[in-house]
Amino acid sequence: MFIAPRVADAKDWITTETGDWEIILGLEVHAQVASNSKLFSGAATEYGAEPNSQVSLVDAGMPGMLPVVNEFCLEQAVKTGIGLNAQINLFSRFDRKNYFYVDLPQGYQISQFEFPIVGEGEIDIVPIDADGKVGEQVSVGIERLHLEQDAGKSIHDLSPDETYVDLNRSGVCLMEIVSKPDMRSPDEASAYVEKLRGIVRALGTCDGDMEKGNLRADVNVSVRRPGGELGTRCEIKNVNSMRFIRQAINYEARRQIEIIESGNEVDQETRLFDSVKGETRTMRSKEDAHDYRYFPDPDLLPIKLEQSFVDRIRSEMPEMPDARKARFMEAYGLSEYDARLLSGDIDMSNFYETLAKGRDAKIAANWMLGDFAGALNKGGIELTDSPVDADALGGLIDRISDDTISGKIAKGVFEKMFESGDSADTIIERDGLKQVTDTGAIEKIVDEVIAANSDQAAKVADNPRLIGFFVGQVMKASGGKANPKAVNEILKAKLGL
Amino acid sequence: MSDLTKLTLDAALTGMANGEFSSVEITKAHIDAIKDAGKLNAFITDTHDLALEQAAASDARRAKGEAGLLEGAPLGVKDLFCTTGVRTTACSKILGDFTPTYESSVTANMKADGMVMLGKLNLDEFAMGSSNETSFYGPVINPWRKDADLVPGGSSGGSASAVAADLCLGATATDTGGSIRQPAAFTGTVGIKPTYGRCSRWGTVAFASSLDQAGPIAKTVKDSAILLQSMAGYDAKDSTSLNLPVPDWVSACGASIKGMKIGIPKEYTIDGMPKEIEDLWQQGMKWLEAAGAEIVHISLPHTKYALPAYYVVAPAEASSNLARYDGMRYGLRVEGENLNDTYERTRTEGFGDEVRRRIMIGTYVLSSGYYDAYYLRAQKVRTKIADDFKAAWEKCDAILTPTCPSGPFPVGHKFNDPVKMYLNDIFTVTANLAGLPGISVPAGLDANGLPLGLQIIGRALDEETVFKAASALEDAAGFSAKPLKWWG
Repeated sequence: MFIAPRVADAKDWITTETGDWEIILGLEVHAQVASNSKLFSGAATEYGAEPNSQVSLVDAGMPGMLPVVNEFCLEQAVKTGIGLNAQINLFSRFDRKNYFYVDLPQGYQISQFEFPIVGEGEIDIVPIDADGKVGEQVSVGIERLHLEQDAGKSIHDLSPDETYVDLNRSGVCLMEIVSKPDMRSPDEASAYVEKLRGIVRALGTCDGDMEKGNLRADVNVSVRRPGGELGTRCEIKNVNSMRFIRQAINYEARRQIEIIESGNEVDQETRLFDSVKGETRTMRSKEDAHDYRYFPDPDLLPIKLEQSFVDRIRSEMPEMPDARKARFMEAYGLSEYDARLLSGDIDMSNFYETLAKGRDAKIAANWMLGDFAGALNKGGIELTDSPVDADALGGLIDRISDDTISGKIAKGVFEKMFESGDSADTIIERDGLKQVTDTGAIEKIVDEVIAANSDQAAKVADNPRLIGFFVGQVMKASGGKANPKAVNEILKAKLGL
Repeated sequence: MSDLTKLTLDAALTGMANGEFSSVEITKAHIDAIKDAGKLNAFITDTHDLALEQAAASDARRAKGEAGLLEGAPLGVKDLFCTTGVRTTACSKILGDFTPTYESSVTANMKADGMVMLGKLNLDEFAMGSSNETSFYGPVINPWRKDADLVPGGSSGGSASAVAADLCLGATATDTGGSIRQPAAFTGTVGIKPTYGRCSRWGTVAFASSLDQAGPIAKTVKDSAILLQSMAGYDAKDSTSLNLPVPDWVSACGASIKGMKIGIPKEYTIDGMPKEIEDLWQQGMKWLEAAGAEIVHISLPHTKYALPAYYVVAPAEASSNLARYDGMRYGLRVEGENLNDTYERTRTEGFGDEVRRRIMIGTYVLSSGYYDAYYLRAQKVRTKIADDFKAAWEKCDAILTPTCPSGPFPVGHKFNDPVKMYLNDIFTVTANLAGLPGISVPAGLDANGLPLGLQIIGRALDEETVFKAASALEDAAGFSAKPLKWWG
């Protein structure tokens, strides 16, 4: 039986006319193992291949075919388990989950029911709300991680009366990571998935691509009075983006509250999230729930891992996001907030470390989290597809550091870099944006500006703050290219400050 | 030339090696015999043209000095083994004209050794039955006859009948609860089920994965050793295959059993067993004793739970293994109003009564709320039975029992009484539950002149001892009776 002792922060409560409610959330995340071949067959797993072109005799459930476990997949599960600070079970077993469906050729899914390969673990998450406000750190318990086969894909919309089946995905290896019901808000659920994604990507055990369905979540939602009796939960299947996870939870929690407040009871059921309408709807009720008739798969031997195998994987573990965050704070002097943002995802971290190498680490962080992140977000572009790579962005920062351009000009240069993919140097050269550091040229402009504003110049002695006015005028006259430091010094000398 | 079909496999291989006759000649002789024996209904798919091509190719190989273990021998294949380009039905309507694009590992091994395949042999549907009456292609008739048509036993009834009637030199078979040994006993042939894992299950239509094991049905103990030697071997495509070399079993045949301890389990005496079977068993003890073995009395206390446990475990696995026959990708499909209706119609029409009965039993015992009481308990019984044998091996090297509690019975006699039918397996299921090798050797005739068999069970992986004891039994029994040829 689940227990859920933690009470949500009051800010996460949902308040209605009848009082306060809190949301209890547990997630089952399916992460596709980054393996070139399937869990029990040698067929390829490449995404987007011609339908039914990556199907072995085993995947198609042909008579007399037998599964043979892909040991690479076992290793990925163990690695992920260690990344989740979880118990690695030296004994585990594959079971059959029996049900009929057109995209399940064997009539059963090979999964792990009683003895999963990974047991209990725990990860820390830090929720961030829609306004970017950072919440308190929360520990989320991991119940288990087990391996299972994916089913094929049923395609219902190609024909009005036929269903087409693509078995390319049939037999692909999934890790199902089951959390304890330790989350209390959409922000926490989202942070949890983000954290899991960061871990599997750092390990390379799953590419974390939610758009391709390589990482997807089943969200268990129930509501209760803060700290009160647990309510009946509903499971929302296959939610495949962070935004949809938040939307689905918000919708579902309110739906359940309405049901309870109108004096009815929530039915335990499996629901679907309709991302177009932004609502959840019944997929199957408890009465329709399958009796899966789990039993040990007699075609496979139990998995018995050697401790030395687990130890070897443990000794080869790459840096995990938490350790990386600590290192970023220590080595680069970053704030916790910046360090977290830069350390969560392996691509992001690698980008940052390339950028920061030999440069001012804080300026590098500001650029990455500022204009650069903004441009990616605005364009809906993945970091790996960015037209500006770390070396290019570094080239821009270098021109600020060596006073070739000012920080202000740099913003414009960056925009052009992002549009065209050209280097900072090319754009600076082409558009003649090089900062004027030639003191003779600046003196000339200063003289002209003082001459044109002689009455103001006379007042400077009494009101030194007027110098700002002159700096602005000189910069304007230079088209922003004059070196602000030189302008200041020359102005001070000429105005006798 | 004398009738080549009367030869043993060993004699035929020697004859071909000595150039006395060719594979084409002996293959033709068997094809003629098969054409004559339609009444037995042993073969359901003939591959005679293919066989003659294989025979000619075999003769060419032999001429080049490249003869394999089974070079040129015309054999039959139970229609549970998938064969490339040759229809494979498991004798079920649901598989329709399913023609595999792949070859089972067992038959691939035999082909590599020079086998000539005459055709595919009848069996109980999905190997579920003890009389070969559940086949969609009709019952197999035992070449041994008394007043009425008799069953050849099952599920490998086609294999046993074909070997007994000299339609092939030997045949592949499978044994989940006695499906090799019981038909061998009913037809006066030899059948061995090796240790679980000796023969790959890859490409053999599954019945109950943890119990299924391939083996041969043959005319003599030595023939069965030759065939098993070819069929067995490690296969990485079957996770339960044993990664061990195949010993020289042929040499074990005829070796001395002096000092061998033969266990006689007291629990294998059951109520209602005909006295002639009890007597034959006693005779078997005397024969082995005379050959230098020592008889020791042992106990296998959980034997009485074996049959019920078997009829929980086997249907449970079958209910899941047969889920893939859903009309979606191959075989029979009966269109319904919607998906579930199509499933129901396809599987109702495609499976026979016995298969449906076992799927229902299996589904029931795995259902939530019943799993612990049935499936889990049956697995515990299985462990106890394996422990019984382990304790017995402290006292003996092999165990002698009757193969079956009765001789062959008339067609239709037990067909509508499943419990009576299941009792056929009472002495054979224990070896499957414990994964042990077991062989049936023809040892005598009953009052009606019908064959009876004795069974030797050995330690896991110790087929060698089993073959030694079986040879001694065969020598002493001197079983040479053949059925009168009434069918052609």
